[in-house]
Amino acid sequence: MLNAIWAVMILTAVLYGAFTGHLGDVTNACLDSAGEAISLCMTMAGVVALWMGLMEIASKAGLIGKLTRGISPFLSFMFPRIPKNHPAREYIATNIIANVLGLGWACTPAGLKAMEALARLEAERGNPEYLSDAGSRRAGSEMCTFLILNISSLQLIPVNMIAYRSQYGSSDPTSIIVPAIVATLISTLTAIVYCKGKDRGGVRS
Amino acid sequence: MKALGNLSSIVIPLLIFFIVGYGYVSKVKVYETFLKGARDGLKIVVDIVPTLIGLLVAVGMLRASGFFDMLGGFLGPVTEAVGLPAQLMPLLVVKLFSSSAATGLVLDIFRTSGPDSYAGLLTSILMSCTETVFYTMSVYFLAAKVTKTRYTLTGALLATAAGTVASVILARMMV
Repeated sequence: MLNAIWAVMILTAVLYGAFTGHLGDVTNACLDSAGEAISLCMTMAGVVALWMGLMEIASKAGLIGKLTRGISPFLSFMFPRIPKNHPAREYIATNIIANVLGLGWACTPAGLKAMEALARLEAERGNPEYLSDAGSRRAGSEMCTFLILNISSLQLIPVNMIAYRSQYGSSDPTSIIVPAIVATLISTLTAIVYCKGKDRGGVRS
Repeated sequence: MKALGNLSSIVIPLLIFFIVGYGYVSKVKVYETFLKGARDGLKIVVDIVPTLIGLLVAVGMLRASGFFDMLGGFLGPVTEAVGLPAQLMPLLVVKLFSSSAATGLVLDIFRTSGPDSYAGLLTSILMSCTETVFYTMSVYFLAAKVTKTRYTLTGALLATAAGTVASVILARMMV
């Protein structure tokens, strides 16, 4: 995906610049931007290292494990048909907590494991599409719910945005935290209501 | 609505106080643990340096070519009526496909309008409340070898739309 986007951006820039006579500006821009990327990374490095350091303490102190267990009622509400002791629950919990805390590196592996475990759950339920690798599979309801929740964004503290804002001279880089939490809650609530509605419909039919 | 911003400024100190305090009381070697995590964090940043160079160069070139101005002049009158500055339109589309490409556009908005302008605040909130729809779906469904995604896309786009509307309202309250 990124290959296509990147190529289109670069090619459009050169072609459009040539047509409008801005090729000189384009030359300057590519040199300046490369340097700018490095100075941005200097700011990023500080903020991300600080955050990861704190998260390491939270993880060692058992805080993250506690949070993961703490969302069990939420999981039972969102995924009522996943058995309590199924590994999918644990992966989903880890993925959600990592998302909430903004631990991008920890979300994806747990998320992928959760999807694999959900596929196994479908096979255990005797869904014929999941018993063999051949043919096309329809997503299970739990998969749809899990992905929509994920895409609705669960992150509470937008660490990267704060770092970018401070790099570009914001007078108050953290001023967006509360609005961001409110907006995230709204998008996630929309996702929850939609999934519960769809899920209920799916059971009836 | 400065209160939103004031409340925001105490979140980070409280969080740091709580994590370090909880860690210390739980007899974690807080400083050494912090150093280990910070070292991992630095590695993550080093890994994304090439990505940032690639994307900032692409966005910088697009801006300099005059392409964004053309797009803005074209879309501006329509989008500004609903509170979306025209310069955010490329971001809204790219964000559905790739978060790193979107980051390039975000930084361009911060550079040209400033992070505390209406466009800058809106961008900050918008980027915090939604994820890349198509990227997440393709990677996650691939793991389960699913090809028919049923209502996932509708739900994901609905959540994204709700987040976008909320961002516009909240950003308006902040300026």
